Amino acid sequence: MKNKVSLKSRGSLIQRLVLAPYSVWAVLFIVVPLLFVAYYAFTDNSFHFTFGNISRFFTETSPVGDGSREVRRYLLIFGRSLKLAVISTLICLVLGYPFAYMLSRASAKTQSVLITIIMIPMWMNFLIRTYAWMTILQDTGILNGFIGLLGLKPIHIIGTEGAVVIGMVYDYFPYMILPIYSVMAKMDMKLLEAARDLGCSSAGVLRRVVWPLSLPGVISGVNMVLIPSISTFYISQKLGNGMFYLIGDAIEQQYVANDLHFAAAIAFILMVILLVGMAFMQRAANKKAYA
Amino acid sequence: MKPLSKIYTALILLFLFAPILILLVFSFNGARSTSVMSGFSLHWYEELFRDYQTLGAVRNTLILAVSAAVISTMMGTAAAVGIYRLRNRYLRVALDTVTNIPMINPDIITGISLMLMFVFVGRLFGAATSLNFGTMLIAHVTFCLPYVILQVLPKLQQMDKALPEAAMDLGCTPLMAFLKVEVPEILPGIVTGMIMAFTLSLDDFVISYFTAGNGFETLPIRIYDMTKKTVTPKMYALATIIFFVILALLLVSNLMDADTSENMKKAREKKRARRRNTAPSQTAAE
Repeated sequence: MKNKVSLKSRGSLIQRLVLAPYSVWAVLFIVVPLLFVAYYAFTDNSFHFTFGNISRFFTETSPVGDGSREVRRYLLIFGRSLKLAVISTLICLVLGYPFAYMLSRASAKTQSVLITIIMIPMWMNFLIRTYAWMTILQDTGILNGFIGLLGLKPIHIIGTEGAVVIGMVYDYFPYMILPIYSVMAKMDMKLLEAARDLGCSSAGVLRRVVWPLSLPGVISGVNMVLIPSISTFYISQKLGNGMFYLIGDAIEQQYVANDLHFAAAIAFILMVILLVGMAFMQRAANKKAYA
Repeated sequence: MKPLSKIYTALILLFLFAPILILLVFSFNGARSTSVMSGFSLHWYEELFRDYQTLGAVRNTLILAVSAAVISTMMGTAAAVGIYRLRNRYLRVALDTVTNIPMINPDIITGISLMLMFVFVGRLFGAATSLNFGTMLIAHVTFCLPYVILQVLPKLQQMDKALPEAAMDLGCTPLMAFLKVEVPEILPGIVTGMIMAFTLSLDDFVISYFTAGNGFETLPIRIYDMTKKTVTPKMYALATIIFFVILALLLVSNLMDADTSENMKKAREKKRARRRNTAPSQTAAE
């Protein structure tokens, strides 16, 4: 007993020593920088307190069409980012969920080969992947070349919201598959058999057993696609032809223009919205899991 | 797999690999175009190997990725060991939360937040440009750390707690017990964490973009600059080389995995065989 106590106290000394570098690092380079975001967001160029940056986000207007009508510029940009990110996430989920399910039912060998294959594009630089889509979707690009061979009229995709959605789906698709797959691979097959033995139809098994069990994977997949999609700034510049801005573009633009205080304000608002949204989603999921 | 599943899988793979295939093909283009193929040539590969700025960026990227991986693996492993032993619940929750922040936050916010701090601190010291290799290294270590911790911590939790205690009972000092018993147990986690840190650092664009100084250009930033202008197949040649390096690395790691699991299987069988052989003699002795 005495031995155990002395071990514990010795353990806590070592523990403090091994934890110290990381704790200091985490505070200095994770927590403090976030405080700096808030500090910059609520101050002006001479570091005096102001609500100006935050209210600019909600009130700044820009003319649309012939200039007779005005819109709230940054609210519009945020709404567009949210819309495109949600559409991309839904497409990833609809395409990825059945794929993850099939993958988890395949033989062990097929599973490991396919997972490796799916991860290869993830390892390619995402700028290059996005640029490749630009050459495919261009008006004189490869897709329209094929369409021309078939004798059809070329379609205009680049510079539309559709092109941006294609880019987002392509870049983040594996992030949807992998978490869903890893949850499904661990699923107890006996539960599925039991449900079927008790008279559940195939659709019923999917809806009542597979779906609820896979929910944690779905949530982490949705987060992993939604968050980078909503905050991207390269995809929209290349595939959107710079025709419309997303919230990431707005931040990057302010950074390039060296208006760091407004860049911080946009980042701050984005962070708060994401945190609230994620907390809400987590709560909804917990409720469902315990219902 | 059923035929329908096979078709679906093929379509998904086509979607994932069509752009990469196009990169590969057009890197051998005889002309300057990235959408019309005219003749086969290695011209763009020659161009690439004459482009010292890009080659320098490759070197910079490797230096940064190796440094970030080594530092984050050492600090992250130590942190995981500390967190695993932590008894104070509040401290533990606080550390877990902070560790999760860089993984949940969009890259752009991590990048902006670090940049703001670097600029502010730089201004305090009156520096004209506060962003350099050092700030980039700090940023990379910061976003790699959570992934290392997340790889090592589960290995510690899976470890049999009696093992280090037994080692100490048998006369090991705590340090020796840690080095000889715990480290080998968690080594797979440490290695995976280090590989993840290395590849994350290699591939990062967004955080680097905000924390990079003028003097230090990494490959993703170089690619960003290249895609600002009209891209020649030279970039595709670069992408092709990256693709085959990745493919080779994945193949090697898969073969090594298969090899170790094979070896482990063999070792287990040997053990079982030995037990079978010794078991009858033991009963005979009794």
